[in-house]
Amino acid sequence: MGQQITSDLAANVWKVLVSTGDSVAAGDTLVILESMKMEIPVEAETSGVVTTLPISEGDVLDEGDLIAEIS
Amino acid sequence: MESLLVANRGEIARRIIRTARRLGLRTIAVYSDADADLPFVREADEAVELGPAAPAESYRNAERVLAAAHRTGAEAVHPGYGFLSENAGFARAVQEAGLVWVGPAPDVIELMGDKINARNAVAAAGVPVAPGTPEPVAGEAAALDAAATIGYPLMVKAAAGGGGMGMAVAHDEDDLRKQYAAVSGFAERLFGDPAILLERYYAGARHIEVQILGLADGAVIALGERNCSVQRRNQKLVEESPSPCLDPDLREQMLSAAVQVGKAVGYRNAGTVECLVYGEPGAQGFVFLEMNTRLQVEHPVTEAVWGVDLVEEQLRVAAGEPPSVDLTALRPRGHAIEFRVNAEDPVRFLPGPGTINAWNEPSGDGIRVDAAYRQGNRVTPAYDSLMAKLVVHAGTREDAIARARAALAAFTIAGPKQNLPFFTELLDEPEFADGSYCTALVARMRATPRKGS
Repeated sequence: MGQQITSDLAANVWKVLVSTGDSVAAGDTLVILESMKMEIPVEAETSGVVTTLPISEGDVLDEGDLIAEIS
Repeated sequence: MESLLVANRGEIARRIIRTARRLGLRTIAVYSDADADLPFVREADEAVELGPAAPAESYRNAERVLAAAHRTGAEAVHPGYGFLSENAGFARAVQEAGLVWVGPAPDVIELMGDKINARNAVAAAGVPVAPGTPEPVAGEAAALDAAATIGYPLMVKAAAGGGGMGMAVAHDEDDLRKQYAAVSGFAERLFGDPAILLERYYAGARHIEVQILGLADGAVIALGERNCSVQRRNQKLVEESPSPCLDPDLREQMLSAAVQVGKAVGYRNAGTVECLVYGEPGAQGFVFLEMNTRLQVEHPVTEAVWGVDLVEEQLRVAAGEPPSVDLTALRPRGHAIEFRVNAEDPVRFLPGPGTINAWNEPSGDGIRVDAAYRQGNRVTPAYDSLMAKLVVHAGTREDAIARARAALAAFTIAGPKQNLPFFTELLDEPEFADGSYCTALVARMRATPRKGS
């Protein structure tokens, strides 16, 4: 069962720091969101491989939107 | 000088307009289409729409702001904070258009805006700076060499970084090797530039800054200090003056150092010398962080304690006039605390814009609210999350805290997210209550199992 990472807030995707297939460690920054002039890093909670990454820089996310899946 | 264009938005535009109107100036607001209903637009004598919400097409667009000044016959420009306030090119363009710039000389803005030049200038004025590498280090081996001279612990910083991202603390050589690789790799991916700077790190430090004012006749005075150590993501949430937990001797040294810096660079107008104070009372020292060549968000705590209107003094300096009173004869009175009421949640501090359905401000003796919005306004995601500043003033710190507790309870905001509950929690935090807190306070209050960094 993979880990789903969703957005905690409505925000713009400012930077995407990983690609599908990358191995990541818990605590690695995957994506940086931006809202109200604030940059909000989104980190991996567990180690694994990025299997899904349905977003790209400039996308507008709503709260709850999927950012990545790690398994 | 009879008219003033305010090149800003929100609470600071409103606050500047208030003083300018009191002084009999014709005030001109500029605004983006997202801000058309905000109080600052209505309270100015005239208002000019700049363009869409995006700062590059409105508040950060020098050409459009200058065109608005030209069209309305404005004689002076006050930039507030953020946006164009520390843009030397804009300051120059204002002056070249024959207008009065309410701020320091463009050359001084430029000097202090360059981290390396600013550091050299203040060191030359005899002010301590943190040991560190003035240029990026050339690889891990060079980093280890430099670290041996600087000493541990040290901060590993991405040269291209900002906003608190791309920074890590290294406690020893092994740690440095690890963090060098981590921060460098992160910076490469994020900024496209892996360059690393090293700087001495001071654990348990306090962020304390000095307000200076360079007068029209060339004199430079200091109006006390502000402790801004309540921070999240390296951004300030609460500021107070005078600073608790600061040796009186060190305070005097910091004030005179700030005046020295101002004199050395020929500073005119309001400015802030930001410092880090390390060590506990009895064994404290300080180092220069940076100078902000503009009015600060937190200037009201200084106004409360010193009984001055800093915007009035800024306008007087810009017009070449003497101050409203003999500022050197002023003495600080009582204690003031400012709370930044943001559109963000009080637990994780994530921003959340929205339409304001309810807005009730506290009022009374020793309570000041500088608000950007009122009921019915929409807080948009396009700008920072500051909705209002609550400033309390009382004879003692204890009384100021009591006053803050009552004011916070009387403040209601509904619609966007808001962080008022965090401040109530903060007032009960022992380290805040006794004044011993350092910049790690908020992180400690919110210690969650965050891995990495």
